[in-house]
Amino acid sequence: MSEQKKVYFHVVREKWCKGCNICVAFCPKKVLELVNGKVAVVRPDDCIGCRMCELRCPDFAIEVHEKGGEPSGPDAANHDYDLPPEASNA
Amino acid sequence: MSNTLSYFRQERLPHIWCPGCGHGTVTGALVRAIERLGLDKNKICVVSGIGCSSRAVGYLDFDTLHTAHGRALAFATGIKLARPELKVIVMTGDGDCTAIGGNHFIHAARRNIGITTIVMNNEIYGMTSGQYSPMTPKGMLGTTAPYGNAERSFDLCELAKSSGATFVGRATSYHVPLLIDLIEKALSNNGFSVVEALTQCPTYLGRKNKIGGAVEMLEWIKNQTINAKAAAALPPEKREGKLLIGELHNAPAPEFAGEYGELIHTVQRNFANMKGGLWECASNSD
Repeated sequence: MSEQKKVYFHVVREKWCKGCNICVAFCPKKVLELVNGKVAVVRPDDCIGCRMCELRCPDFAIEVHEKGGEPSGPDAANHDYDLPPEASNA
Repeated sequence: MSNTLSYFRQERLPHIWCPGCGHGTVTGALVRAIERLGLDKNKICVVSGIGCSSRAVGYLDFDTLHTAHGRALAFATGIKLARPELKVIVMTGDGDCTAIGGNHFIHAARRNIGITTIVMNNEIYGMTSGQYSPMTPKGMLGTTAPYGNAERSFDLCELAKSSGATFVGRATSYHVPLLIDLIEKALSNNGFSVVEALTQCPTYLGRKNKIGGAVEMLEWIKNQTINAKAAAALPPEKREGKLLIGELHNAPAPEFAGEYGELIHTVQRNFANMKGGLWECASNSD
């Protein structure tokens, strides 16, 4: 029996993405596209998990994870650092 | 990368660099190399000078120092001699390292002090709007070279090698896995290590020379480099005009901060044992 195909999913931090197109242009499987000037994952099933988008992204805006290894907790880009720490406890 | 993000001051992100600037890629590569080596955050000190590249330390969650123009290596030398147990990393740009801090660079290399220097070479002064630097290739356009740069450029790796650096490597922001490997090796080397990272500056170099945006610039960088191992097997006419990437020099030698520490111990011991020496003078005096 052949080995089961690994499935990947992507974490995109739209707030940090500057739309430079590097990840889109160099993705070997054309998984990514720019939508409204931000990176979007349009063909996640084609991803082979080479992680070149993650390594080349100058803005730390995209991550590739294997299915099953989902990161826990809120993402760094969604954290509102303008709020004092007491505000989040309330 | 979630783990990698813990090495950043996340509240400072997104960073100030232009869209498509390669400096972010190099900063990411440094962090990944540190993560791979499993180094203690509190045992790392990152020093930088002035320039686009030197903004990197503001985003890194280590002890960091943002110093005077070109003097990053001078400050780093002081840190390494005062606290030899620290891993001292210098992040610098091509202008900061080869023009303003050129002398600091060759003398740090000559001493073989245990500092890892990462030179982000975008071949132009980006922060001050695109003046040509000592690393701008001949014939390229810049704000101060509107008809083409007439000067020859440095080969930074050859300069470091001949000045006495014990680890020298070159990679680009296109060849990121190689860059991470080189930084990892440079961090493990006990001595002066230099990693030159060619990066793209789409805002100034790319626009002035009509190379294009970030993607076209990365293609341009990719096409002018060749792996050192692959180049060894190629005939000379095929590698003419190409920059070698990969590990270019690795020759371990005694490290300066360690040697200096030993010297201090020897001298202190000698004085302590000497009759009528400093030690006795100090203990006899009231």
